[in-house]
Amino acid sequence: MDILLDILAENGYISDEDITSLAAGLDMSSADVEQTVSFYHFFARKPMAKYNVYLNSSAIAVLKGREKIATAFERESGCSFGKVSEDGMISLDDCADIGMADQEPAALINGIVFPNLTAFRVKELVRDMRKGLSVDELRSHGLGDGMNNSEYMKATVTNNIRKKGAVIFSEYQGGSALEKVKADRMSQEQLIDLVKQSGLRGRGGAGFPTAMKWDFCRKAKGEKKYIFCNADEGEPGTFKDRVILTERPRLIFDGMALAGYAVGAEEGILYVRYEYMYMKEYLESILTEMRKEKALGKDASGIKGFNFDIRIQYGAGAYVCGEESALIESAEGKRGEPRDRPPFPVEKGYLGMPTAVNNVETLCSVAKLVTNGVEWFKSLGTGQSTGTKLLSISGDVKYPGVYEVEWGFSINDILEMSGGDPAAVQAVQVGGPSGSCVGPNEFERIVSYEDIATGGAMMVIGEDHDLLQDVVLNFTEFFIDESCGSCSTCRALTVMYKKTLEKVLSGDGRRKDIDAMLSWAPIGKASRCGLGQTAMNPICTSIKNFRYLYEGHIKNANEQYEGGFDIAKAVADSCEVVGRRPNL
Amino acid sequence: MSEFVSFKIDGKQCMGRAGEFIAEAAERNNIYIPTLCNYKGTAPKAACRVCTVKVNGRMMTSCSTPLQEGMEIENETAEIQDIRSGIIELLFAEGNHLCPSCEKGGSCELQALGYRFRMMVPRFPYLFPVREIDASHPKLIKDHNRCILCKRCVRVMKDENGHSLFAFYKRGTKLEIAIAPELADKITDEVAQQAMDVCPTGALLKKRKGWDVPVGKRMYDMKPIGSEFEQVK
Ligand SMILES: Cc1cc2nc3c(=O)[nH]c(=O)nc-3n(C[C@H](O)[C@H](O)[C@H](O)COP(=O)(O)O)c2cc1C
Ligand code: SF4
Ligand code: SF4
Ligand code: SF4
Ligand code: FES
Repeated sequence: MDILLDILAENGYISDEDITSLAAGLDMSSADVEQTVSFYHFFARKPMAKYNVYLNSSAIAVLKGREKIATAFERESGCSFGKVSEDGMISLDDCADIGMADQEPAALINGIVFPNLTAFRVKELVRDMRKGLSVDELRSHGLGDGMNNSEYMKATVTNNIRKKGAVIFSEYQGGSALEKVKADRMSQEQLIDLVKQSGLRGRGGAGFPTAMKWDFCRKAKGEKKYIFCNADEGEPGTFKDRVILTERPRLIFDGMALAGYAVGAEEGILYVRYEYMYMKEYLESILTEMRKEKALGKDASGIKGFNFDIRIQYGAGAYVCGEESALIESAEGKRGEPRDRPPFPVEKGYLGMPTAVNNVETLCSVAKLVTNGVEWFKSLGTGQSTGTKLLSISGDVKYPGVYEVEWGFSINDILEMSGGDPAAVQAVQVGGPSGSCVGPNEFERIVSYEDIATGGAMMVIGEDHDLLQDVVLNFTEFFIDESCGSCSTCRALTVMYKKTLEKVLSGDGRRKDIDAMLSWAPIGKASRCGLGQTAMNPICTSIKNFRYLYEGHIKNANEQYEGGFDIAKAVADSCEVVGRRPNL
Repeated sequence: MSEFVSFKIDGKQCMGRAGEFIAEAAERNNIYIPTLCNYKGTAPKAACRVCTVKVNGRMMTSCSTPLQEGMEIENETAEIQDIRSGIIELLFAEGNHLCPSCEKGGSCELQALGYRFRMMVPRFPYLFPVREIDASHPKLIKDHNRCILCKRCVRVMKDENGHSLFAFYKRGTKLEIAIAPELADKITDEVAQQAMDVCPTGALLKKRKGWDVPVGKRMYDMKPIGSEFEQVK
C-alpha cells in the first residue's frame, strides 16, 4: 500500500511499469498487484492531469448545491466529468463522501481538501491552476481554525466544534492515562476490568463492548498481537473522527497505547482514510514527539517491559475498508475485501495474529476514563449508554458541525441544538446511509444503544428536497459503488434495488414493486459484512416511514401487469428501419 | 485426530469432527446443503452465499463456518430456502444466461440449482449487462456474461510457484475475472480443460471443443444436483 501511495503522490498515477516492477520485487504476478490497485478509487492507472479534481457527490453535497459547482468546474475548465482537459491541466471526477459534510460542497485536488466551494471560488481555483500554481498555493488563503492552520497541516478545513463535552474535547494532558497505569501498577487484567466497569461500547457503529474485545484478544494465542485504530471514517455524513485527529491526536495515541498494553501488543496501527492525507505530516510529528518523550518505544511511558510503537497506514479510497477485517486486509496490502468470520480478528487478524480494532472515539474514551476514573465516566450518559457521543450534524441546519453530548438525547434535541427548524424538516438520517431514515413522528426517540444507535452521523433533510431522488437513490448508488463485489447478495441486490426504485420514480412502478423491495431484505442480510447487510436500509426504512412518497409515484393501479415496458419505445428502432409508424 | 461432536440439522441428530466446515459435515450425514462457489479441497471464499444456513439463530455460510459441539442448524426452512432461491435468481438476472446455447448446459451448477429451486422467472428485473466475450487467449474463452464471480478459478488454478493464473480486477459491479498476463502461456489445453471443469458455469470454456457429450446425457440431466447425498437417506 505505502509503495503504491508513494508512486501516486510522486507521479499522479500508477503505470504498467510500476506494476511490473512492484510484482517482481514482491514475488507476485502483475495480476496480483493489479487486483489490489484496481480495487481502490484513487489509484489512477492512466496519466492524470496536473490537477486532479475529485468532487464529492454524496447526498449532503447534493443538498448543498453540488450540481452548481460541478457545472462551474466544467465551464471553467472546458472539460467534462470523467475526462481530462485538452491542455492536460485539469481532470474532473466524482468521488464518494470525503468526510466534510459540514462544509460541502467540497473537492479533493491532488489529495488536498478544498471545502465550502462556491462558483466564484471555482473560477479562482481554475484560474490559479492555469497559472500553474502549486496545490499549496491554491489553498494559501483562508486556512481553517484550530490545528488546521498549524505549519504541518495548512488546511483550509474548519473544525466546526459546536459543543465541547466532558470526555473528548475537555482538556487532556498528554501521557496522563499512561501515568495512571504506571502509578497504580495496573495489570493487563485490571485495565480491562476498569474498561469493563465503565460500560464503554464501541463508537464505530456496532457498539461492541470494548473490554470484551480486548479480553478475547488478550487471551488469544499468538506470537505477536496488534491493535488498530480505525480512522477510515467512510460513512457519508460522518466527520467527527476528522476533528478528533486534528484536535486530540495525543488522546488517540494514548488510547492506542492503553489498548496495546491491555492486549499485549507491541505495534499499533492507525489506519486513516486517503481523504485525510493532509494530516499526515502533522500526525507523524506528534508520534515523533512521543518517541522523544519515550512515550513510545522500549519501556514505553516508563512502564517496564511495555514495548510499543505506532505507525500510520493510509487507505486509497474504499468505504468498505472501514469494516474491521477489510481494514486488516488493506493494511496487509491486499484488496479491501472483508473476511468471513469466524475466525474473528481478535483470534486471527493482521498477519494472522490476534488483533483488536477500535474506533478513534472509543480509544479516546478509554484514555479519558482511565485518567478520570470509572465513576466519573459512568456519571455521564444513561443506563447502558455511558459516556458521551460525538455527533456529526450536517444538512439543513444552521450550525453544522461536531457536537459532543451525553448519551440520552432525542432527535428533537439535536434539531434544537443545531438550529434546525423542526417545522421545515422532512427527515433525519440517523447513522449515515446504513442507519435509518426517520420522520417527524419519531423525533422523540432517544438516541442510545437501547433505542436508535448511531455511529454519530445525523443528516437533516429539509422539506424542499426530493427525499427519494436526492437522498435515498444517492445512498443506494453509494452502496453499489462501494460494494467490494464479493457476495452476490450485495453486489447484485443493490443494483436490483436501484433499478426498482428508479422504476417507481419514473412513474412506471406498481404497488407490488414497493412490497417486493421490502421482501428482498432477508436476501441482503445473508451478506458477509455490514455493507451488504445494511445496503437496503435507505430504501426499506424510507418505505416504512415515508410510504406515501413512494405511493405518490404510482400512477397505474393495475397490479396484474408489469410496469416499465413501453412497447412503442421498444419497437421504435425497427419501425424506423422499415419506415412505418407503430399502429398501437 | 480431531474430536467428534454432535450437532443437529433441522432437528436431525448428526455427528462430525470439530472444526470441519458445516457443509462437509452435512454431506457425510447425507444431508444436502446447496453450495456453488465452494470447491472441495480449496479454502472457502463464501462468495455466493447460497449455502446460507441458520446456526443457533444466526445466518452463516455453511461452506466457511467450522463445526462446533451442539450447533443447532436450520437448513431447509421456508425462510432459508427462499433466500437461496432469491440468490440463484439474482445470479441469473445479474448476468446473461441463455442456457440452450451454452456449452455448459446440463453440467452447469448454476443451471442445476435453478432447476432444483424450480426457478421459473427471477423475481428481479433482468439487468442485461453489456459484457464481453474474450476469446483472445489461444486456449481459453472467457465469457463474462456467464461469470458469477465465484472466484473458484482464482483460488484453484495456480502455477508451480503458487501464483494464481486468474485474478479479480476492480470491485462491485465492475468486478471481473482476468487472466494473469505473464502466466497466460501456462494455460495449455490441459490446463484450459481443468479451468473449464473448475468453473461452475460456462464462463470458462476450452477452445476448439464442444458438445462431445450430447445435451440430455450430461451430469445434471441424469440426476438432479444434490441427489447423490439424498439418495442414501
Ligand atoms: C462497511 C463498513 C464500514 C465501516 N466503517 C467504519 C469506519 O469508518 N470507522 C469505524 O470506526 N468503524 C467502521 N465500521 C465498523 C468496524 O467494522 C468495527 O466494528 C469498528 O471499527 C470497531 O470499533 P469499535 O468497537 O471501537 O466501535 C464499519 C463497518 C462496516 C461494515
Ligand atoms: S457484503 Fe458487500 S461489501 Fe461486504 S463482503 Fe459482501 S460484497 Fe463485500
Ligand atoms: S452458464 Fe449455466 S446458467 Fe449460464 S447459460 Fe450456461 S448453462 Fe445456463
Ligand atoms: S470464471 Fe467461472 S470460476 Fe471464475 S469466477 Fe467466473 S464463474 Fe467462477
Ligand atoms: S458455497 Fe458457501 S457461500 Fe458459496
